[in-house]
Amino acid sequence: MDTLNILLMAFISIVLVNNLVLTKFLGICPYLGVSGRIDMAFGMGLAVTFVVTLSGTMTWMIDHWILMPMNLEVTRYVCYILVIAGAVQLVEMYMRKFSPSLYESFGIFLPLITTNCAILGLCLFINLWGIDNLPEAAVLSFGAGIGFTMAICIMAGIRENLNMADVPKCLRGAPITLITAGLLTLAFMGFAGMIK
Amino acid sequence: MTSDALTTTSLYKRTLLAGLWRENPVFRLLLGMCPTLAVTAAVKPALTMGLSVVFVLVCSNIVVSLMRNLLKPHLRILMFTLTIATFVTIADLFLKTFVPKMSETLGPYVPLIIVNCIIICRAEACASKNNVIISIIDALGMGAGFTLALCILAAIREFISTGAVMEIKVLPAWFVPWAVLSMPAGAFITLGLTLGLVNLISKKRA
Repeated sequence: MDTLNILLMAFISIVLVNNLVLTKFLGICPYLGVSGRIDMAFGMGLAVTFVVTLSGTMTWMIDHWILMPMNLEVTRYVCYILVIAGAVQLVEMYMRKFSPSLYESFGIFLPLITTNCAILGLCLFINLWGIDNLPEAAVLSFGAGIGFTMAICIMAGIRENLNMADVPKCLRGAPITLITAGLLTLAFMGFAGMIK
Repeated sequence: MTSDALTTTSLYKRTLLAGLWRENPVFRLLLGMCPTLAVTAAVKPALTMGLSVVFVLVCSNIVVSLMRNLLKPHLRILMFTLTIATFVTIADLFLKTFVPKMSETLGPYVPLIIVNCIIICRAEACASKNNVIISIIDALGMGAGFTLALCILAAIREFISTGAVMEIKVLPAWFVPWAVLSMPAGAFITLGLTLGLVNLISKKRA
């Protein structure tokens, strides 16, 4: 029961309180770039969730079972980026073979995920927070993906309506999106007291 | 001969200056948004971040430019990231050793330079096509533009949120700091308004 409680807390904290996009500024590029339409935003969110779950868990295993026993922490960043690039490649190959329609709909997003800072950022945060058991690392990775999907979908919903608003010319595009993101972050600050 | 040398010099100069305003990575190209938002709560971390990026950018541009003829197209991006990751590790160890406090403040955002789009973008768009000298100059210009943008944003945010710049008090004691500008929400809103201002200025000039 206690373990379940910890895992649930970890999930809520990464989705709402420590949301990677809104409080840690990770994955801002796709957040600004692909949030024009809800269906595209959702597709991107799913792809990121998949890759981040895979690579977050795998980097934890590599970190704790290979790098730490062998004192190779110096090579950590290089290993992380290799794992992420490998995971993206794997997902791409798997999808092309087993669900071509899904692969088509993801299109350019998949290779772009390699350089999505949300993924590397989450691996680094798991390391920084000193998570020492595998289930918690896995839950955090999955939750980070869900949090990203939620943030980008909310943003896409707002932007679809924003298209109809009369925004000053110089603020159109990225500036108004950033200001909207700022207001959204203010709203999410309300969750801050939920978890110590 | 003289005119030839002249065009090369002007090309160098144009490449160097492009990063500062015309192709400023933050304000015009919207690259490297994550560190731009994350480390600009105060000027000092912003400056450290900017200089680290300059170091990584110059080094990776040199290496990529030197190996540009050996690269296989499909392994290109992977080689870029591995080169960048190596130099970021060097920068991270350097910061940890010589300015441990600053390294703690910046936290995971130093290793996150690996996936900073500016560096990959310059490797792809400039260093993999040009010789070493142009690549170095391009890296310096882009790095300077990035550092400048970071410092401007950080100065605005630090000034309004604490009434100080570079930790030196500027405003008198009656000033009530707007703490929200040092928080994530303030980062988004400051950048949004600054981008709007840049758009306004560049439209007036055109």
